[in-house]
Amino acid sequence: MPYDKTWGNRIFDAFNITVLSVIALLCVLPFIYILAVSFTAPHIVAQGGFILYPKEFSLAAYKYIFSTNTLVRSLGVSIYVTVVGTLINLVLTSLLAYPLSRKTLRGRQLILMGVLFTMLFNGGLIPTYYVVKSLGMIDTLWSLMIPTAISAFNLIVLKNFFQNIPEGLEDSAKIDGCNDVGVLFRIVLPLSLPAIATFALFYAVDHWNKYFSAIMYINDNEKWPVQVLLREIVINANSRVGDTNIEEMNIQPLTIKMAVIVFATLPIMVVYPFLQKHFAKGVMLGSVKG
Amino acid sequence: MQTNADSGFRPVEAARRRIRSPIIRDFLRDRWLYLMALPGILFFLIFKYVPMYGVIMAFQDFKPHLGFSGSPWVGFKHFERFFGEDQFWMLFRNTFLLAIYNLIFFFPLPIILALMLNELRSERFKRFIQTFVYIPHFVSWVVVVGIFYILFTTEGGAVNELLFKLTGEKIPFLLEPEWFRTMIVTQSIWKEVGWGTIIFLAALAGVDLQLYEAARIDGAGRWRQLWHITLPAIRSTIVILLILRLGNFLDSGFEHIFLMLTATNREVGEVFDTYVYVKGLTQAQFSYSAAVGLFKSVVGLVLVVVANWLAKRFGEEGVY
Repeated sequence: MPYDKTWGNRIFDAFNITVLSVIALLCVLPFIYILAVSFTAPHIVAQGGFILYPKEFSLAAYKYIFSTNTLVRSLGVSIYVTVVGTLINLVLTSLLAYPLSRKTLRGRQLILMGVLFTMLFNGGLIPTYYVVKSLGMIDTLWSLMIPTAISAFNLIVLKNFFQNIPEGLEDSAKIDGCNDVGVLFRIVLPLSLPAIATFALFYAVDHWNKYFSAIMYINDNEKWPVQVLLREIVINANSRVGDTNIEEMNIQPLTIKMAVIVFATLPIMVVYPFLQKHFAKGVMLGSVKG
Repeated sequence: MQTNADSGFRPVEAARRRIRSPIIRDFLRDRWLYLMALPGILFFLIFKYVPMYGVIMAFQDFKPHLGFSGSPWVGFKHFERFFGEDQFWMLFRNTFLLAIYNLIFFFPLPIILALMLNELRSERFKRFIQTFVYIPHFVSWVVVVGIFYILFTTEGGAVNELLFKLTGEKIPFLLEPEWFRTMIVTQSIWKEVGWGTIIFLAALAGVDLQLYEAARIDGAGRWRQLWHITLPAIRSTIVILLILRLGNFLDSGFEHIFLMLTATNREVGEVFDTYVYVKGLTQAQFSYSAAVGLFKSVVGLVLVVVANWLAKRFGEEGVY
């Protein structure tokens, strides 16, 4: 938008830029602080203060973490659930989204209504828990992946995305001898890669951040994902990480807490820059035309 | 096109020639599509619709070993108990107040932030800011609450250290019940405000730039352009999000609150959702807590329907 260079406009712009910069800083500073402290030598951390870079670099906290089974195991659980869970999500969501995007499919409206209604009303925590329990999923990692296999919202967005693919492409593939399965996997999905990447990110983040369903469905602490362990260590200030006591190890409990937070956040921070371009587009696709 | 749909599957081809009914013909033509949809449909039936059927346990004295058919029916007994309890008003007040706080303090912020971002002239700087403000959305509630615990604790937390230097006093943000709601809302804002702007920025990107030019020629300043062009352009988006928010009015962010609850702040922090969890899963009162959950779901549904109706009355599109 073009503006005149009046003083009023200049002051407005300066103010706007300043406020936005402060907000952006507030969003990232806590992460920088935590990363910095986790790499700082314990005796410096003990002095207190706001550390923004490691004054005396130290890997003590990380060495400690990897000397315990507990954290390594729960990282393993989280990685497994995230990878397998996301694959299940993507396969099931596209398999249902594609048929629903075909306007000539009989019963399409009925299925769509059925899906939409689940966004308005649900049976609630207890009946859902009971279904998972009846299926024998308690204390299995399936309970973290299967009950959330399709998000109704993502499904609808993906369906809309598929609908925007020109029909001619699909028709010509069929003339070349593809059936509907072939059309989905050879034509529709490759053309939808940006959307698929977006949903992969959203689903993966959901799995990685999963906390409450693990509290509900997993009693066996050997199958705890990393978020549950994080709560034990940081919020409940439970200084025992499995078999060893932090305080006996002559390390600042604070640096351990921060190192665990780093691990609970790391994968997202690593993937984020690569997918950032896509997801804004993906979200808009769904939200504007809904 | 139809003849090409299935190649080389003779029995079906033959059957199609014999069958006249267009319905059956369509079903045969799309048999692969139905097969593909099957797992997804089963998912929704099992994990969404079976629990809906399962709410009948709220009207029974449900015993797991007796099942739905064997458990005795008790009518509205659990609801009567729930509404009669002192707890009810505490839960109602806590849930309601958190919802109101979120509506007043959280809801307008993404809109304001999006408008501010929209006023930036440098696309590059705008993208730079956006990258930063989206980040907190992607971390879990456990991490958010954990970070707040570390920063706000009275035992060496950076915020309290700073406060102590400035004022000589420390504030027990995490222990005092009177700080509970402030903390919850602050955390929600920190995590989601940036993410919330996406949808408004999308709406703003669709505004015809010629409108601004025309307004400028007519002598409209920056504020008038904002008032007469920008805000009307995102009005329907605001209304839709407001409806959705009202629909989830009672969902005060279960996981979030659950993580912030301690023995000292239960009086202000316990909401319907956390109560359902405590009664149902830690004390095994299945039927009673299913009744509480059902009450919440029904109120939520009514709120969506009412809000949507209102939106349509005022000439907006509505969600459905």
